[in-house]
Amino acid sequence: MTSLLSRPSSWVPLLVLLLLASVPFVAEATGQTFYIAFFARIIIYAIAACALNIALGYGGLVSFGHSLFLGLGAYAVGLASFHGVGSGWVHLLLCLGACGLVALVTGAISLRTSGIAFIMITLAFAQMGYFLFVSLKNYGGDDGLSIALGSRFGPVDLSSATSVYVAAFVVLVLSIWWLARLRVAPFGMVIRGAKQNARRVSAAGIPVVRYQLLAYVMSGMLCGVAGLLLANLNAFASPSTLAWSVSGELIVIVVIGGLGSVFGPLMGALVFLGLEEVLKGFTEHWMIIFGPLIVIVALLGKRGIVGLLERFDARPTPEATTPAPVDDTATARHAISAAKGSA
Amino acid sequence: MSSTVVLAQLLNGLQYGVLLFLLAAGLTLVFGIMSFVNLAHGSLYMMGAYFAATAFQYTGSFGWAVAAAMGGSLLLGLALEFVAVSRLYRRDHLDHVLATFGLVLFFNELVRIIWGSQPVFLQVPEFLSGAIDIGGFSYPSYRIAIIVVGLAVAVGSWLLINKTKVGMLIRAGAVNPAMVAALGVNIRLLNAMLFAVGAMLAGLAGAMAGPILSVQSGMGESVLITTLVVIVIGGIGSVTGAFYAALIVGIVDTMGRVFLPFMLRQVTERSFADAAGPALASMLVYLLMAVVLAWRPQGLFPANR
Amino acid sequence: MMTTSVLRTDALTKRFGALLVTDSVSLDIREGELHAIIGPNGAGKTTLINQLSGELEADSGSVWFGGADVSALSIHQRAQRGLLRSYQITSIFEDFSVLENATFAALASRKHAFRFWQPMAADRQARECAEEALAATGLANRLHVPAGDLGYGERRQLELAMSLAAGPKFLLLDEPMAGMSVQESTSVIALLQRLKRQYTILLVEHDMDAVFALADRISVLVYGKILFTGTPEEIRNHPEVRAVYLGEEEAEA
Repeated sequence: MTSLLSRPSSWVPLLVLLLLASVPFVAEATGQTFYIAFFARIIIYAIAACALNIALGYGGLVSFGHSLFLGLGAYAVGLASFHGVGSGWVHLLLCLGACGLVALVTGAISLRTSGIAFIMITLAFAQMGYFLFVSLKNYGGDDGLSIALGSRFGPVDLSSATSVYVAAFVVLVLSIWWLARLRVAPFGMVIRGAKQNARRVSAAGIPVVRYQLLAYVMSGMLCGVAGLLLANLNAFASPSTLAWSVSGELIVIVVIGGLGSVFGPLMGALVFLGLEEVLKGFTEHWMIIFGPLIVIVALLGKRGIVGLLERFDARPTPEATTPAPVDDTATARHAISAAKGSA
Repeated sequence: MSSTVVLAQLLNGLQYGVLLFLLAAGLTLVFGIMSFVNLAHGSLYMMGAYFAATAFQYTGSFGWAVAAAMGGSLLLGLALEFVAVSRLYRRDHLDHVLATFGLVLFFNELVRIIWGSQPVFLQVPEFLSGAIDIGGFSYPSYRIAIIVVGLAVAVGSWLLINKTKVGMLIRAGAVNPAMVAALGVNIRLLNAMLFAVGAMLAGLAGAMAGPILSVQSGMGESVLITTLVVIVIGGIGSVTGAFYAALIVGIVDTMGRVFLPFMLRQVTERSFADAAGPALASMLVYLLMAVVLAWRPQGLFPANR
Repeated sequence: MMTTSVLRTDALTKRFGALLVTDSVSLDIREGELHAIIGPNGAGKTTLINQLSGELEADSGSVWFGGADVSALSIHQRAQRGLLRSYQITSIFEDFSVLENATFAALASRKHAFRFWQPMAADRQARECAEEALAATGLANRLHVPAGDLGYGERRQLELAMSLAAGPKFLLLDEPMAGMSVQESTSVIALLQRLKRQYTILLVEHDMDAVFALADRISVLVYGKILFTGTPEEIRNHPEVRAVYLGEEEAEA
């Protein structure tokens, strides 16, 4: 535990989490309740980024279509609520079921390709989802769908910003914890190995695509949970959640935070949405600065914020550099000369 | 459903398909030869439309508008290639995605700053504002003109790729980019040329689409994604594939939107058909893409057999 | 005494377009033997290995492993059965440590990896196999070095260690000594000497010293066809083989 706290790349994010935990209390006390919703949104995007990190950061699967799952999660709540169903368990079941199924089908098709094609196909499927919800006029269409009934999980009702905040915070902490374990668990090692050298993973005896598909499905389902929370926060489900730009923003968040790192999604969401808010304060045309800024920051290095913090970690003790001697060279030389000698 | 409606929609589909081809032709080569994921291609289309609209405002001539669109997009394409894109070739696809994503956001905001958020008006030129009589019904001359121009570009690109030396390099590059570079071909120049010509065609498409669709910020993205679907269905790196896939997608999408709700109404009850019809129609081309991929992941007319 | 055949191919044939790369190759590798394949560059050695490992599908003919027809099986399925290969161009996980590379290999061939909570490093059996294999290949005190930081020779050692850690029934070694210094090659030869009786090995190599020191039998592959199979002695004295391949070594011997 002490070694964990001595490294900036660990304690800075943990401190951030601690501060985030205090937000509801501080906000209530100072009457600045706007910040609860603001930070809740950051936490929700961090969860979505955690989800994408599984596919993109660990697995190297460049999915430009994760807005699809965010939207499915949101509409799971929206559609259920529209039909008078307020049970959070039903919302969750619909969310996980829809996201899991869609991720399974689209993932299976997308994974038949790789590289450029994979990126384009995931983008196309998300766009398909966008058009689908826009065309559902009965459910609000382009204008979106108001949500009257927040998700009820027994005594807990996600109908206030504070309750969503608490729920989202818990989900984020659990997600980060799981992501940390997953990273070095056999499954995590397989998909991380596949990102580096898929051929080698096959040669070692593992059917790579099956594992990548499962990673994609898990990624989609967690992202859907973020969508469910988002819908509860906004009391609204909108097709704009499925816009291609949202998928792009999620990728940027993961990269800025630190691709494939445990705390990257959290740090990325904080910086991305925080910066957006700051820039919005300066000019209505903030995107003209933000756009190129994203490009530059992302291109500078995909180790991101976490990578930057890791530079401040204490250096590990240097490894011995001489290889272990193998002592039967004499046997080998003898064998070689014997073989030569008998010619 | 009269035959004139069917014919009119078929022509509409052809017109849409031809526009998609103009966008897909350049982009598929950029994907196939330079292995560069260019999400900013839609921005070049958008800039072309804006250049055309502005030129038209100042000169009143549609001819100048088109020239401005093509010239402007060509120069913009060259500038982008030189400044940004050429530095990114060696990087992985994620970097391409990030860089061009940033460019899209930039350009969308840029046009808002220069031209405002309201759509800019681009008028159909006088001499094409009438209609032509086709087998008993009248169809807008302008749309016919688009089809003619598009087919001309298709023929032109076929001639270029199959009958010229440059075309041979392009075909070779689509199959084995590394080999072409290793053979001492000035790959820098070839890449820049390809990118610029693709940009020019995108600008042309933007200018021609301007009078029909609205010229505004963000107009490039939805058409870009449909273009990506065309490329995936046709086969990355294959201009022939892009042509056939563009026509297929254009016709399926256009006719699907008109006839699918109608057909559904015949077999299911009205309320369901009215809700599901448009929904299914909007998903049609993506379902088509999914089916093609499940069957042939390399596309219908892949560059290398 | 009947020695069982571990890996057998039956008229394996492969064409790339009009080029016949593998010409009706029939091999029979016996249990416990170290069988070497030699041949001039371009003879089709790597293509043959790829058909044995499952990365390339033959046009006709079959591959039999442990008495079963594995021709239709993919590479990972063959690896699960104990048919493992190492690569001529080093193929390791650069971002993982040396120990993680070997532990991965040990785990992957034995069980599935659908485990999401306990660390891979906690798997005692896999770890022990990995450490054993790494010790055997001389990487015992480089365990926690990122594989990307290793020198070329050490990478080749890791490549070999990964195959060993997986507990193979059959080892397909594609030029394990490629690019190694004399000292490094010598230690690998010594290692293979020790492994000879434990594993059945098919060795593709250019290093003639190694081949003649290690092989029980040698097959000569020329233009995709097996010219001759015999003991090192027989190969040395075979006139056609000498002409085709060993011609320039006459002066040395």
